[in-house]
Amino acid sequence: MAAGPSAQRATLRHAEHVMGTVFSFTVRDPTAATGPALRRIVQRLHRIDEVFSTYRPTSDISRLGRGELTLAQCDPDVAEVLESCREVAIETDGWFTDHPGGRLDPSGWVKGWAVEEASRHLRAAGSTWHSVGGGGDVQTCGGPWRIGIADPARPGGLAAVVTGHDLAVATSGVAERGAHILDPHTDRPVTGMLSVTLIGRCLARTDAWTTAAFAMGSARALDWAEQLPGTEALAVLEDGTRCWTSGFPQHLAPAPPAATGPAQWSLPGTG
Amino acid sequence: MRRAVITSTATVAGVILLLSLKPHDVGTGSGVISSGDPGAPAPTATSAPAADPAPPATSAPAAGGASRSVTGDAANTRYGAVQVRVTLDGRRIAKIEVIRYPSHDRRDQEINSFALPQLGQEAIAAQSAHIDAVSGATYTSDGYTRSLQSALDQAGL
Repeated sequence: MAAGPSAQRATLRHAEHVMGTVFSFTVRDPTAATGPALRRIVQRLHRIDEVFSTYRPTSDISRLGRGELTLAQCDPDVAEVLESCREVAIETDGWFTDHPGGRLDPSGWVKGWAVEEASRHLRAAGSTWHSVGGGGDVQTCGGPWRIGIADPARPGGLAAVVTGHDLAVATSGVAERGAHILDPHTDRPVTGMLSVTLIGRCLARTDAWTTAAFAMGSARALDWAEQLPGTEALAVLEDGTRCWTSGFPQHLAPAPPAATGPAQWSLPGTG
Repeated sequence: MRRAVITSTATVAGVILLLSLKPHDVGTGSGVISSGDPGAPAPTATSAPAADPAPPATSAPAAGGASRSVTGDAANTRYGAVQVRVTLDGRRIAKIEVIRYPSHDRRDQEINSFALPQLGQEAIAAQSAHIDAVSGATYTSDGYTRSLQSALDQAGL
């Protein structure tokens, strides 16, 4: 553990390298129960990685995909996750899939779900004020928190800063890992948007919906996000243009004077 | 141990590194890329041989006595090792140098040498932005964050 319980309610932080990325924990209200809870959470994240990693030939998911295991022989989480993937596929008219490129791969659900699970465990341990991030997707509890949204069109810049309580913020895009999201209808890499960010309440769904929104492309994605309950979206197009849903600006953090929308934000000193 | 600085600096800064790195077989680049307050006292830049293990924390007494530099652990990412050195002026971060970063071909090195100084600049600017997290992360920038965190830990911040 990189951080232990603090006697003075100082913020407790921990970073864990797991699932091919870094999970970071910020607990603003740590108690004696927080450290043990974090240890259990970290163990669970590594277990989720063992079960769901498509990079591990011995994971349940890899073996299920090759027909070496039946669903009943897999970790019980697998059936739950695949059921959730089916629900999201229906909610997104097939723009989300757990078979990208034809191969069993529920990663589009698993990472956000793992982050949300971690937050749920922290709440069960008594925390009402924490943030959990995994691979650039964030689940917060309590608040207020300030979350920057990386600007894919401007290296080193932020497209927006949002603030609030109990937010889930997820971003899908081409900037971080190249064109890695496939259009489930054509199996070709998606183009047209640099990134899309969704703000909701629960990260598992918000993250999976973000992946679907990115696959849809900007015009369809924003129309679709507009009608999602409790969800707002910001898209950055290939030419750097920003588009957002009608309710998105309500999440914006107080910005420098004269700022009227996400496009106006810049960090102090970066011009 | 206080770990206060990392949240408003590296978390933001780290994630904004938008390198077009591909998951190919990468070597480890070496050399120093500096960023920071041009007016801040800066230690002489030196190259770190790529094969060296992570050097221990080093304190470099500087003019004025309050300035010192701390080298973070090398953080391994799937693209290679990332390591930073932080120069502190009292408790303020005056400068962040990326002394090791993944590089493979010429294009990657050009991208790195363009993007990483901006990253350090963001880290400094972000101290006043009070941002808790960033959506849209990268693997390499996570390495930057981890190395920076370890440097700040060693500095006792």
